[in-house]
Amino acid sequence: MDSYDAAESTPRQSASLKLKDYFIGTTPLQKRLESVRKQTSFVRTPPRRKIPQCSQQQEDVDPQKVAFLLHKQWTLYSLTPLYKFSYSNFKEYSKLLNAFIAAEKQKGLAVEVGDDFNIKVIFSTLLGMKGTQKDPEAFLVQILSKSQLPSEHREGKVLWTGWFCCIFGDSLLETVSEDFTCLPLFLANGAETNTAIIGTWFQKTFDCYFRPLAINAFNLSWMAAMWTACKMDRYMATTEFLWSVPCSPQSLDISYAIHPEDAKALWDSVHKTPGEVTQEEVDLFMDCLYSHFHRHFKIHLSATRLVRVSTSVAAAHTDGRIKILCHKYLIGVLAYLTELAVFQIE
Amino acid sequence: MSVLRPLDKLPGLNTATILLVGTEDALLQQLADSMLREDCTSELRVHLANSLPLPSTVARPRIDLIVFVINLHSKHSLRKVEESLHHVDATFFLGKVSFLVTGAGRESHCSIHRNTVVKLAHTYRSPLLFCDLEIEDFRATMAQRLVRMLQICAGHVPGVSALSLLSLMRISENPSLEDL
Repeated sequence: MDSYDAAESTPRQSASLKLKDYFIGTTPLQKRLESVRKQTSFVRTPPRRKIPQCSQQQEDVDPQKVAFLLHKQWTLYSLTPLYKFSYSNFKEYSKLLNAFIAAEKQKGLAVEVGDDFNIKVIFSTLLGMKGTQKDPEAFLVQILSKSQLPSEHREGKVLWTGWFCCIFGDSLLETVSEDFTCLPLFLANGAETNTAIIGTWFQKTFDCYFRPLAINAFNLSWMAAMWTACKMDRYMATTEFLWSVPCSPQSLDISYAIHPEDAKALWDSVHKTPGEVTQEEVDLFMDCLYSHFHRHFKIHLSATRLVRVSTSVAAAHTDGRIKILCHKYLIGVLAYLTELAVFQIE
Repeated sequence: MSVLRPLDKLPGLNTATILLVGTEDALLQQLADSMLREDCTSELRVHLANSLPLPSTVARPRIDLIVFVINLHSKHSLRKVEESLHHVDATFFLGKVSFLVTGAGRESHCSIHRNTVVKLAHTYRSPLLFCDLEIEDFRATMAQRLVRMLQICAGHVPGVSALSLLSLMRISENPSLEDL
């Protein structure tokens, strides 16, 4: 509170209304400082009780429109708030980004010839991809190849897709001032070079920062428990876990596949409070799997590192790759990822 | 003799013994080597164990300090430490037990949340030290620190006892920890 005390002593009579707001009251900066201060104490952060979002999902998400988001491998990044981003300038952004990509490719970084200059960039909004009304709209960036035959295909082949969203990002939204748009989660599918180029353009234009979002074993076990808890009519895929055993000269991978109904039965026997998932339940669920494996193979899986979790709802890899398989729980999965992204930004 | 008691043996002359308990054998061995390299007026003895209880067939000197080493990358190490804690007498926790956590640096590999170990140390009223034991410089610094703590716990430093060291270390911790 030292800065606050120093502020009191400055002459306030000459201060304009704006300056007064800076020193008194909860400005976004004050809120930001408060949240940073809270972060340094050990008590605030998890383990905490979480509600699996599988029970509350938005009915107005049109399954047709978001079908292209499913069954695709997305690479995750966390993104700091965008400065002076406007949803009405999409045409202008498309043109600028198009020119930027063309310039980058002409610099000689990408050696392929042919379709480089026949690309088109499209910005569009993704309606319905939000948790609460306060969340900013999600938007999508696509790179399409302009086909050579104008008559046949009006829309070219999609080369790269990236979308920005924010689901239940309340903790970040309240600490940020109006000039900033908070879309902390960025998902990309396509060539890595395109992701890098687009990332550079966004960083230059909106003064933001991308960071790859890694998911550690702790969060992967939470995801496994939450997604197993989701009620599904039919199971499309087996529940599968992948562990990496650190041993020289090369690491060993252990894969453990369970029938999804068995996993759900195990979860139901562990789960107590309806609508909530607690740390103890997650630990107990994973411990049951570990002890079952140990009984048969005498290997302590708890000493290894959980690297991949795959259920009928979604599959996640520790390097920050995700594939969502079920549109019913799309918002729920994204909400947890948004929380991880916000946590990484802060 | 399955429970370790702090005062059930007579102390050796100018000897200080530390017991490192943890599942990470390589890291414990390296830490032990770093400690033995330290300059110290007392004669140091380092014992390593995967878990307690210790086998009663071996004759060992009185243990002055127990350090439980937990690796945040492995839930197995946490489970083993929790089980071992049952074999330590309550009077040991008056400054002669400490928790050492490694692996907090690589967040992407962590399978245990930091709060879990913080709560564990708080429950047992013992100091919690964080150190990345894989990095040599940090390990050397931690070894120095442990040697000083060991000397105090063995009573070789006049004027400071294990219990007074414990209260000194508690004050410097985050005050909000008391609300846990």
